[in-house]
Amino acid sequence: MNDVRRLKILVADDTDTDRLILESIVRKEGHHVVSACNGLEAIQVYSAEKPDIVLLDALMPELDGFGAARKIKELAGDELVPIIFLTSLSDTESLVQCLDAGGDDFLSKPYNRIILQAKIKSFNRMREMHSTMLTQRNQIVQYNNRLLQEQTVAKHVFDNVAHSGCLNASNVRYFLSSLAVFNGDVLVAAMRPNGSMMVLLGDFTGHGLPAAIGAMPLASTFYGMVSKGFSMTDILREINGKLKNILPVGIFCCATMMDINFRKKRLKIWNGGLPDCFVYHHQEGNITPVKSTHLPLGVLSNRAFKDNCEYFELQKEDRIFVWSDGIHEARNADGDMFGEERLKAVFSRNSNPELLFNDIIESVQQFVGSGEKDDDLSLLEIRMDEPARVNSFAKEASDKFGNSEIEWTMGFEVKPTSFKVFDPLPMLLNVLMEVPSLRAFSSTLYTILAELYTNALEHGVLKLDSELKKTPDGFSDYYELREQRINQVTEGFVRINISHKTNENGGLLKVRIEDSGDGFDHQQRSTDNLTSFGYSGRGIALVEKLCGTVTYLGCGNIVEVAFSWVSDD
Amino acid sequence: MAITSTVSPDGNQVTIYIQGRFDFSSHQEFRGAYEKLAQAPIHYRVDLQGTSYLDSSALGMLLLLRDYAGGEQSNIQIVNCAPDVKKILLISNFEQLFDIQ
Repeated sequence: MNDVRRLKILVADDTDTDRLILESIVRKEGHHVVSACNGLEAIQVYSAEKPDIVLLDALMPELDGFGAARKIKELAGDELVPIIFLTSLSDTESLVQCLDAGGDDFLSKPYNRIILQAKIKSFNRMREMHSTMLTQRNQIVQYNNRLLQEQTVAKHVFDNVAHSGCLNASNVRYFLSSLAVFNGDVLVAAMRPNGSMMVLLGDFTGHGLPAAIGAMPLASTFYGMVSKGFSMTDILREINGKLKNILPVGIFCCATMMDINFRKKRLKIWNGGLPDCFVYHHQEGNITPVKSTHLPLGVLSNRAFKDNCEYFELQKEDRIFVWSDGIHEARNADGDMFGEERLKAVFSRNSNPELLFNDIIESVQQFVGSGEKDDDLSLLEIRMDEPARVNSFAKEASDKFGNSEIEWTMGFEVKPTSFKVFDPLPMLLNVLMEVPSLRAFSSTLYTILAELYTNALEHGVLKLDSELKKTPDGFSDYYELREQRINQVTEGFVRINISHKTNENGGLLKVRIEDSGDGFDHQQRSTDNLTSFGYSGRGIALVEKLCGTVTYLGCGNIVEVAFSWVSDD
Repeated sequence: MAITSTVSPDGNQVTIYIQGRFDFSSHQEFRGAYEKLAQAPIHYRVDLQGTSYLDSSALGMLLLLRDYAGGEQSNIQIVNCAPDVKKILLISNFEQLFDIQ
């Protein structure tokens, strides 16, 4: 009794003496006894008392032990309620019948007290084990339900982030299938302010949640930057840097990014690690593959990252097909891969380009048949269309920005007290960098502004003579004098005027800097002193090389340059 | 901005490292890096690995170094230029005066 806790045991026997004997044995063992005189009563008592173990006489009036056993097992459901048949029968058939009816064991009359005690113990152990197993099973079911529910919510968020934008545009078709709730493939598309469409298809190493996690920063960076008009190369660099920072080594993103300009009918494409994309030429009915020439995103540091793109002229109805390697690596039941040859065969068989997309998917699905899928599978088709028909936003963006010009000017004056403590160049450059297309020219613009401002300050306001710089010691004297004068300056100004205007191909940035100085005889200025070997005079020559011309006005105290830039997208 | 220099054990080569912006504010330090050596080196190396920007006064300073090192006979290498820095050097035709790596 020491190692068996007090159990509630149902004793059902129609023979009073037998029952009383059994009750007393069981009670002596320290258990609590409930009794019944026939099968029906046994079921009633079972329902009311929920005993731990049932001892059931096989032959009883009203309902025999076999019927009662079936009903009790049914009522018990998942719970294990050991039923031990009490029987004077000893033929094999009867004993088998006891077990068939749901009995767990039998005990022959007359009762052996020691054996009964051992069986109660043994069945109690089994009952407890079963109960532990049930509890654990229920926990697993509960965890699994919670996990699925969380994943469903997360997937909803993920889909909103990773598969949104203008993917519903009329010229875009895509197919994404995943092995798990989450997809390791990410597809994002958005319209730029100039009306062109930017699309990125990425395939993270692995699949499921670990692969999907990287898609979040990728997508938010993509959407954030595309809508602000950043160029494709800026966006690729930003995404690459971000993924490199956050992903563990070994997880990266094979990707193809495209900028499709419907107005100029031009495709700019970058492929890092995805299989060859196909540009389908509608007129000729043939394809040009676009090979991967770069490492995937998130592998290289931004310093080593290469962002050079390929360009294609497109005709109306031309199509671009991009896929993850899930298509190429789809296996049939024999373990063969679909491969590029079969993919190309789909194209050569096809006679109606409108059906190409479905043909590819059907071919892959037919090929795989009952084979196992082992990677996420993605396919994207973009059709070259009139910008107006791509979607309403593209038209709106195109009307708003594409054909009209953006124009602004700014004026900035540096006063005497500021010359010593304030360098206006970083601030001016920051303003210029707000124009995304100018970012590519930041160091050139800095040089232009710095050289012009330095000249205006040193020669105009501080009245320093570059003749001083003719000798090594004079060079030092010049900068000593600069230091002295900048500390003492009480009058003068430098006015900086910058104006910017976009046009069809890029834009024009004009810089005009005026100083309070006496100017110089600019008619006599030689145009190129880069080849003279003095220690000075290179600043303006540098600017001249960068801008084409440098124009002096007034008495030589006003300088104007125009920097004309061509957009690469 | 910081300018540092190292001299080879035999004293024949000096390497000058320029961190950050290379402009007029660094000219004393830059001169100090080659004028204050115990022994005049034969080879000069200017390492621009850490240089983010270089203006026309820095070009003047490089010419000062060149004249100090013997003008036409000088032996000066400019190494590890970032693309933006190299562009300025090439626009100014400095590859005709220096060995730009």
